[in-house]
Amino acid sequence: METFGEIIVSALIVIGATFALIGSYGMLRLPEVMARLHAPTKASTLGIGGALLASMLYFLFFENTLSIHELLISLFLFLTAPITALFMAKAYLHIHPEVGEQLPKPESCDWSTYETPSGNVRPRT
Amino acid sequence: MTTHHHPPDERTLFERWVPHPLLTATLTVIWMLLANSFSVGGLLVGLVLGLSIPRITASFWPDRPHIQNYGKAFAYVLLVIYDIIVANVQVARIILFRPLKSLNTCWVCIPLDLTNPEAITVFAGTITMTPGTVSCDLSADGHALLVHCLDAPDREAAVRDMKARYESRLKEIFP
Repeated sequence: METFGEIIVSALIVIGATFALIGSYGMLRLPEVMARLHAPTKASTLGIGGALLASMLYFLFFENTLSIHELLISLFLFLTAPITALFMAKAYLHIHPEVGEQLPKPESCDWSTYETPSGNVRPRT
Repeated sequence: MTTHHHPPDERTLFERWVPHPLLTATLTVIWMLLANSFSVGGLLVGLVLGLSIPRITASFWPDRPHIQNYGKAFAYVLLVIYDIIVANVQVARIILFRPLKSLNTCWVCIPLDLTNPEAITVFAGTITMTPGTVSCDLSADGHALLVHCLDAPDREAAVRDMKARYESRLKEIFP
């Protein structure tokens, strides 16, 4: 049982670390800023997830305690990763107005980075 | 003499003290998870936080969204977790093996059927966490979403997939 637990925990750590490494490598390899943004938002989620799952299982197998606050880390990660990515994308659009001209346009108005919402900004009901 | 200026508060005592039972429960559970061990003292502190924070912040969510179907919301969370795992593998394969010239990076515009701000937030967050897409901006009137695709040979199919897979489900969860 002990060996079994060790194998599972080490496998999860190795898988997680591999994905984290691939995510970092993607930052180096991909050609432009927007493409690079994909690497850390995706590949590193599984990297951290693997490490956290390994931590939970380690405490379950070897310390006989149920440790679930790792779930909180993944919860906070899910909350913050999309917002960070959105801010970086918006900063990129601000710095490169020439990119904004090539974007597909929504029907009635421009993207909010380039247009100040006028008056009522609540969505239609 | 009269109290005409203040319409009578028709909420029950429970509703006044616990305006958002689910938020109270969530905050208490999160506090217990942070402590990572069960004790009566910890539970009491958690309950105090869970009861006071919703009352203090109540004015920030005057018309909070009502989740219509908790079963479907739970199924949605599981679907997204599954998609995140698939997304990780897909993006890892693109990073490692795809020749960079064959990547079809592009911007797409997703017209939104969702109107609820919270539902749009969840939709945008889901798009960022799932295969090869990052949501980048909202249109000024809030009716379209700008998405960057890492590899989308067919833009219209990509938009259709995202709308069918996530937006249609979110429409059933948020009224």
